[in-house]
Amino acid sequence: MRRSLAAIAGVVLVLFAVGGASAQRQGSASSSSARDLAPIDLTGYWVSYVTENWRYRMVTPAKGEYRRIPASPAALPIINAWDPVADQRAGNQCKSYGAAAIMSVPGRLHITWQDADTLRIDTDAGTQTRLLRFTDRAPGDKSASASRPTWQGDSNARWERVAAASSTAQDPAYAAGGSLRVVTSNMRAGYLRKNGVPYSERATVTEHFDVAPLPDGGTLLLVNTIVDDPVYLNAPYVVSPHFKKEPDGSKWDPTPCSSTW
Amino acid sequence: MFIDVVVRRIVLALSIAVLGVFAAFAQTNPAGPQSRTRPTPTVFPSQFEFAGSWAPLGTEDVQNDSVPVDYLGLALTDEGRTRALSYDESQKSMIERQCQGWGAAYMVLGPFGLRITSQSDQQKRLVSYTIDAWEDWMEMTIWMDDRTRPSEHALHTQAGFTTGRWEGGALGARTTHLKAGFIRKTGVPLSDQATIDWRFFRHGDLLTVLMVARDPVYLVEPEIISKSFRLSKTPLDFRDPCVPGYEGREPGDDVPHFAPDQNPFLDEFMKLYNLPREAVLGYRDTLYPEYRKKIKNTYVPPPPCTADCGVAGNFVRRRAG
Repeated sequence: MRRSLAAIAGVVLVLFAVGGASAQRQGSASSSSARDLAPIDLTGYWVSYVTENWRYRMVTPAKGEYRRIPASPAALPIINAWDPVADQRAGNQCKSYGAAAIMSVPGRLHITWQDADTLRIDTDAGTQTRLLRFTDRAPGDKSASASRPTWQGDSNARWERVAAASSTAQDPAYAAGGSLRVVTSNMRAGYLRKNGVPYSERATVTEHFDVAPLPDGGTLLLVNTIVDDPVYLNAPYVVSPHFKKEPDGSKWDPTPCSSTW
Repeated sequence: MFIDVVVRRIVLALSIAVLGVFAAFAQTNPAGPQSRTRPTPTVFPSQFEFAGSWAPLGTEDVQNDSVPVDYLGLALTDEGRTRALSYDESQKSMIERQCQGWGAAYMVLGPFGLRITSQSDQQKRLVSYTIDAWEDWMEMTIWMDDRTRPSEHALHTQAGFTTGRWEGGALGARTTHLKAGFIRKTGVPLSDQATIDWRFFRHGDLLTVLMVARDPVYLVEPEIISKSFRLSKTPLDFRDPCVPGYEGREPGDDVPHFAPDQNPFLDEFMKLYNLPREAVLGYRDTLYPEYRKKIKNTYVPPPPCTADCGVAGNFVRRRAG
């Protein structure tokens, strides 16, 4: 009886001890959140500046055209069967707004911190929301893929900081900098382009977000995007859409997904 | 005995409860599981290995040189547009122009890869990087030794004068002293007052080159192009330098050109893909999302693609005749 009571007391003690340690860990983690550690500022409003891939982004390309996309033979029947009206009817009008394509869709981004460890990207084109979580989960691991696939999938983010330059560099510009790396999986199957060039649910998107100064004092956001898909691509599909920073959200104009335009 | 069994069950229940509480805590904690697993940022050196052979990927449409009049993605001044429309590609058949080559911008607009070497002084301090020439593109040197930019009256060349420095993990560079030339092979001009800012980012085996070209004469807004290259394990093979040859034009012949309003290729690209005229002719508004909304109700998609629709057709198919 005495031993049993001691066991109960032990369990209660463990409960308190572990709980306390957890609270401490939480406290120390919040002092160095992803937001605190950000080497570059991505927040604000950004507008697409469509100076490349214009014909594939600003207008809907011809049915059956997939130039510059290393589509696999398995993709061809889907490309040739593309039916935007059927997509719209089936509620799949957001197929060309998924994580593998959304940054190339002309529009505006609004980037904010949803919480200290989650960067949020809202798009006015298609009114999509991406949540970039700063976690250690490997893409495709059990916990990450437990939920149903979504257009924007599960995004794991990580800052890539740049070490301080050598002491010979006197210019402060040498010191600061870095990049954001995002890996996204667990996406619903979608389109890389509006005209039905597909990517599958097994696709993975790796992105690097970099910023660069513009000569007029503005800032450019460059999103280097690599889409890997063992089903519908023979090789990685790499694009790098870019955005200009805007002073405010006065031009923010949400529009719903459309499969026909 | 009975009491012991009961107490043991209580202990077991308490243990399960403890585990349950922690599982629930991990899932419902507002800071989320990431606070438990938040990664520390990866730290990279302030400079990366830039030298090497970098092969082009070809998945981005940045050349726009398959039809004579394709100014998509450009913001041209009226003067720039007029000069572009006056250009006749036959100029390149003139023996004195065959090896003229293309300007610095062709680094990202051309189809070739980059072969880059570094040069150091006797103290092993970096002096420069050199991006080797192709057959129709001059070698470019990026001076890394903080040397002074020459007078604006100094010689202007196709490659220009370029200085660079490492900034925030990227290599930034600026090119000036460009000879008047082109920003597209189809005759879109770039003046000798143009400036090009470069930024080279490396992520793993990918090198992304960002070009921001400004020209007070021919561009209303900067031309911004980004293009990625993959590190090549084998050195890129470059062909021999250009050797001029007879292409049907004699020295002293007229310079081929069009009256800008009579360019016979003016409508070709528009008709091929039902593209709006102002987009094909490089008007600024066409670069922003608002333009997409503007043409929503008037744009008619082209007929289905029937030939060269994939990678093999990366160059736009032109209609016969």
